Amino acid sequence: MSAEFKIALAGNPNAGKTTLFNAITGARQHVGNYPGVTVEKKEGIYECDGKRLKIVDLPGTYSLAAYSVEEIVARNFLLQERPRVVINIVDAANLERNLYLSTQLFEIGVPVIIALNMMDVAKERGIAIDCRKLSDLLSLPVVPIVARKGEGVDELMRQTAQLAAQEREWRPANISYGEDMDEILLTMEEKIKAASFLTDLYHPRWTALKLLEADSQLREAGIRANKKLYEELAGKVKKISRHTMRTLETTPEAIIADYRYGYIKSILMQGVISHQYDINRLYTSDKIDKILTQRFIGPLIMIGVLFGLYQFTFGLSALPMAWVTDFFDLMARGVNHLMADGPLKSLLISGIIAGVGGVLSFVPLIMLMFMGLAFLEDSGYLARVAFMLDRIFRIFGLHGNSVMAYIVSGGIAGGCAVPGVMATRTLRSPRERMATLLTAPFMNCGAKLPILALLIGTFFAKYQAGFMLFLTLLAWVTALLTAKFLRLTILKGESTPFIMEMPPYRFPTFKGLMIHTWEKTWHYIQKAGTVILGISILMWVIMSYPALPAHQRQALNQERQEIINSTSAGSTHRQEMLSGIDRKEAELKLKNSVAGYLGRGLEHVSWLAGFNWRTNIALIGGVAAKEVIVSTLATAYSMGDKVGSDKGSLAQTLTRSPGWTPVVSLSLIVFVMFYSPCFITVVCISKEAG
Amino acid sequence: MSKVLMRQMAKNQSGTITAVKVGGELGRRIREMGIVPGTIITIQGRAPLNDPVALRVMGGTLTLRNNEADHIEIEVED
Ligand SMILES: Nc1nc2c(ncn2[C@@H]2O[C@H](COP(=O)(O)OP(=O)(O)O)[C@@H](O)[C@H]2O)c(=O)[nH]1
Repeated sequence: MSAEFKIALAGNPNAGKTTLFNAITGARQHVGNYPGVTVEKKEGIYECDGKRLKIVDLPGTYSLAAYSVEEIVARNFLLQERPRVVINIVDAANLERNLYLSTQLFEIGVPVIIALNMMDVAKERGIAIDCRKLSDLLSLPVVPIVARKGEGVDELMRQTAQLAAQEREWRPANISYGEDMDEILLTMEEKIKAASFLTDLYHPRWTALKLLEADSQLREAGIRANKKLYEELAGKVKKISRHTMRTLETTPEAIIADYRYGYIKSILMQGVISHQYDINRLYTSDKIDKILTQRFIGPLIMIGVLFGLYQFTFGLSALPMAWVTDFFDLMARGVNHLMADGPLKSLLISGIIAGVGGVLSFVPLIMLMFMGLAFLEDSGYLARVAFMLDRIFRIFGLHGNSVMAYIVSGGIAGGCAVPGVMATRTLRSPRERMATLLTAPFMNCGAKLPILALLIGTFFAKYQAGFMLFLTLLAWVTALLTAKFLRLTILKGESTPFIMEMPPYRFPTFKGLMIHTWEKTWHYIQKAGTVILGISILMWVIMSYPALPAHQRQALNQERQEIINSTSAGSTHRQEMLSGIDRKEAELKLKNSVAGYLGRGLEHVSWLAGFNWRTNIALIGGVAAKEVIVSTLATAYSMGDKVGSDKGSLAQTLTRSPGWTPVVSLSLIVFVMFYSPCFITVVCISKEAG
Repeated sequence: MSKVLMRQMAKNQSGTITAVKVGGELGRRIREMGIVPGTIITIQGRAPLNDPVALRVMGGTLTLRNNEADHIEIEVED
């Protein structure tokens, strides 16, 4: 058994952390959650020279302050799990800013190795970095890499393994924060050491520094551990704060931040970095921005891009969707042919094949939608959308970053409210977050798409893309107005800072796109295979039982006999009459079942919206998961129109059914969009909202 | 040389940050992105509705709202 070492991967958002993590661990990853919070935790294994490295991907952050959930998670992992080494991925084209996080790692004292990523971009921009010098000045290994091409990754891992094998004590870096601060830090450190205050968890110098920075987490821990000493130290901090406010009009926290940057500058200025061009020269990316975020053209292009996404998704998915439908049709007919009539056959055809087939037939569409979305996100365009729309979002009491949650939830139709609800974690104000959280499920998620696409395709076939755009706008307007309402009533309060980085435009890699698309699509398929299958079967049961009473069955059989007696064998007339009876029987059966009772009970109210009892049954199922709406409708109608007896999709069945008009379908569309989030979303919302 | 607030700067105008007069979370967020005294910034542009503003800092682009830019004091060439 070889030694196993825990390694953490830390870095700023957009530094290429995901790309590096995938390059290191390949397919050997495991995705879970950090305990207690819903921040995604990715782990992977790397083996090298007989050592096993367990790599843990920390959430991307700019700092290790205790403000956002991500920062707290990253920090707690480092301090509590104490990894052997931290691989700090740093964007070489953005070195100065990226080193701010590194500085805070040095302050903790954990052994760090710097992975200097995006060397290709830096080179293109005329930035030369002397890695040897940087490594000497920081006294730690620095390995240049290009994560996207995998260059330097082996060397990085070799050096990481080497570093991990050394048993090293954690030593906080001795950074100067100016005379005043250094002095008080030293006194506090002495006191902390003498009283063994929190020393089982943190290095005394780090504790002192965090107290000086008025860190909320440390305050709580401090009060719990030793209230008296905490208060003494806090008194000192208060005194120096008053002093700095008077003399410099600033707080210790601000001074420390300034000095961190001062420290970084002092290192870079010793010949580590040299610029061939003016550092604020505009790059290609900025030139593109001149057009894409231009006052008038920008918003127009934005609408065009979103519309283009629909055209792309709906245009390309039509054919593969038809293939999938045909495939399940064939399967149903095969089963119909091979098996004798009975409950098992009915379960297979109406419950399982129709249910799961209905969901899977939308896989091509959902896949293309995710692909388009991943393209927009990876290319950096989504950040521009947030930038352009922030002013509008603020009117509704939201934040530019709410755009992400909305879009992921289905603001560009086809997302999913579950990751959307999770995406609200980037919002730091609890109020804006709650408002976004509660309204994001109004968006047209991928699970609503099947039913929307079905109805649009059936009743508004000529205007598919335009109609979809209209529905999307409707979802946005509703969500925004609801959010405003919430922010004016139960969620009153200030707005959060918008300060945000705009990543340069990058051409997404094929591999990156595929990974994103596949992850999300697989999620959808899994849902189809488990939850939806279960619900499909449950729905079949409540739609099949109790069976028709004997006297009704006899009456139907009698009618059949009469038809046979009064018509000639093999005539189409007889065929039609008989299948008419079959339909009647199926309908009676359904009406008589548990679901039928429920559905008919609701008809008293739902006729106002034009929904018949079959629709009601489907909507009941939809509370559990929206995907089920289509499959339940399919089940309901295939029972009323036995599979195999007549070739035809659900769409054709609907057009032929009396009572289905464009108006009714529109009313159903609106109802499905807003009536209730699915079961899983409800669980997520309550988890996120705490 | 004169001191102005960031909101008052024109597109493409450059200057050196002299003070960031805000504490708490906003102050911390601003500072951790490299907006600290001594840093040179250039206004790169504004969103279609004039707010937020995009600026160049240390070779990268940041965005912030006008009311946040109001806390940042800049020394500009006249
Ligand atoms: N040119 C270049 N692009 C890179 C490199 N590493 C990552 N990228 C790209 O940078 C973008 C952000 O990377 P990602 O791994 O998602 O960043 P994260 O936010 O840190 O996880 C993606 O479009 C990557 O393809 C690199 O070394 N060179």
